[in-house]
Amino acid sequence: MANKARGDILLDVKGLKKYFPIQRGILRRTVGYVKAVDDVSFFVREGETLGLVGESGCGKTTAARTIIRLYEPTAGEVHFKTNRFSADGRPKMVNLLELDREQMKLVRQEIAMIFQDPVGSLNPRMSVFDIVAEPLVIHGKGTGPETEETVIQLLERVGLRPEHMRRYPHEFSGGQRQRIGIARALALRPRLVFCDEPVSALDVSIQAQTLNLLQDLQADFNLAYVFVAHDLSVVQHISDRVAVMYVGKVVEMADAEELYLNPLHPYTEALLSAVPKPDPLYKSERILMQGDVADPSNPPPGCYFHPRCQYAGDICSKQTPEFRELKPDHWVACHRADELTLKGV
Amino acid sequence: MSEPLVEVKDLKVEFAVRDGIVHAVDGVSFTVYRGRTLGVIGESGCGKSVTAKAILHMVPKPGKITGGEIIYYRRVRNDGAGQTTEPVNIIQLDPDGEEIRKIRGGEIAMIFQEPMSSLTPVYTAGSHIGEAVTLHRLIPVRKIGDQMVETIQAHRGVSKQEAREIAIEMLRRVGIPKPQQRVDSYPHQLSGGQRQRVMIAIALSCEPAMLIADEPTTALDVSIEAQILDIMRELQETTEMAIMFITHNLGVIAEMADEVCVMYMGKEVEQASTVEIFYQPRHPYTQALLKSIPRVGRKSRERLASITGMVPDPFHLPPGCVFHPRCPDYMPGKCDHLMPSWTQVGEGHWVRCLLYEEV
Repeated sequence: MANKARGDILLDVKGLKKYFPIQRGILRRTVGYVKAVDDVSFFVREGETLGLVGESGCGKTTAARTIIRLYEPTAGEVHFKTNRFSADGRPKMVNLLELDREQMKLVRQEIAMIFQDPVGSLNPRMSVFDIVAEPLVIHGKGTGPETEETVIQLLERVGLRPEHMRRYPHEFSGGQRQRIGIARALALRPRLVFCDEPVSALDVSIQAQTLNLLQDLQADFNLAYVFVAHDLSVVQHISDRVAVMYVGKVVEMADAEELYLNPLHPYTEALLSAVPKPDPLYKSERILMQGDVADPSNPPPGCYFHPRCQYAGDICSKQTPEFRELKPDHWVACHRADELTLKGV
Repeated sequence: MSEPLVEVKDLKVEFAVRDGIVHAVDGVSFTVYRGRTLGVIGESGCGKSVTAKAILHMVPKPGKITGGEIIYYRRVRNDGAGQTTEPVNIIQLDPDGEEIRKIRGGEIAMIFQEPMSSLTPVYTAGSHIGEAVTLHRLIPVRKIGDQMVETIQAHRGVSKQEAREIAIEMLRRVGIPKPQQRVDSYPHQLSGGQRQRVMIAIALSCEPAMLIADEPTTALDVSIEAQILDIMRELQETTEMAIMFITHNLGVIAEMADEVCVMYMGKEVEQASTVEIFYQPRHPYTQALLKSIPRVGRKSRERLASITGMVPDPFHLPPGCVFHPRCPDYMPGKCDHLMPSWTQVGEGHWVRCLLYEEV
């Protein structure tokens, strides 16, 4: 947002790759790789929301998990601003991929995650109190009577009644369970939260409540969000900037409004044209993409999108386009971005 | 106005469970016309899926249809001039009988939201395979082509070769790449989105008079969703198929529906043409739903208007209007005592709200 002061860069991902080996035969020989995340670069500023959109299987979730090293990355750099390792207490950028286990554990206190499935991500045998207090216990902060105080505050903050903290997840509705997950994510006062499809399993009215809550919490705690979702209208609503992924690569990144109104990548244009608009009098001209999403274990040469792109030229099937800043703060990976005029919404 | 195909009148469905009786559908009435699309919106548990299942006379146990009628105007071929219709009350048919089986799948087809989790075959040994495929899900151990061919043959009276060609053509139309090869693959070889597209291909391949689509695209990406919606519309234009489209995605409703019916806790709260619903919603619930969705386009950093509170417990429904505890226009002394009745507020525009009644 133009009227919001730009914070410093909190997370800077450069050339991140995660290849999963495909193993066959008795000897489990590696016969190929699924390039789930293939050279992804983006950054997140303090206190802002970066939306990460793309079709299923494009590597959004894998990228998020690789950044916090739930998966060990194949290549790349992930710089994160933290003050955990500096003697003078001043925050500085560290490369997360160079940290050892103990150091990573320290950094993880500042990075939290909210998951898509509000049922599957909460242990059914743990009470709400135990669930929310668990991060505190793991990091050695959950001893003594103040833990209960912290949990009560967290539950109140996300709009749950503290007297319900001895109950179990099945006694709550989907929206409430998502709030439990949010309270847990906030327990250690993180500065960066990965939200992986946090509202896609919720009903419309509950979705609105949850989005509002996330925005309020962001303002209160100066949180930065990486908001992974496939619903483009939700992403636009919550995000300051949006990155679009296609088959393991970020193909475009810009301010939310700029990206939606003036897309530079043909894939973004096609995605936007496919979003159903809640207006019966709106007549859309839909761009139908031919074929299926490319196979990440055997992607086409050149630009991965060229077989489905209506603007593809000769160069597109030969060279991989560079991810470049074509306009200030508007990045795109397309050979023809500067000659095309694409339609937004 | 076009010809009515299915008329639902004062439908009531109850579920008797241990904790009491849930009135899942409580006096719902609407008409689905040939060649038109009725959109049904509402949150989970509002009774929209149960209504759809009642039309096929397959309300799951312990549910029971306890009142109302569902009249299906079935086309009968005459030798002489044109076609006539013959009304059939679906509720009075034997739910396991020959007649309803012909209707299910062949004349009224249904697509469900794919349960992502399982591939368990739910059809029983005795059930007709063509019907099982159309109504439930793909059978995991058999090639999709064979399943499609059987369904098509069961309902359309074509040769095996012709049925296979129809199957391949339908797979191509729903956007399955290399349909000639894919027709011989097994369900587990397809992605979730592709399986859902196969289900849609099967439902549409029988050229049903009516298609009931229950959240058919919710699990799919927008690009695939757009393709599927286009196919449904195309088919509707060529075959006069009626569609009942159940979803909570208001964008999809705006694109697909001619009329919209809004449901809350087993009751219809508003019904009108799609343009009216989006531009002049009357019921506070409809208004709130429309305000609570984020829209693409111009950016506003405003908060979304959300509906406060939660859907009430079905065993302890609030007195009076069931929406009153969450309603921004709640009138104390009125809404918590009186049941609103179905009131006409405009041409084809009906609403169930005390704001529009003189009491």
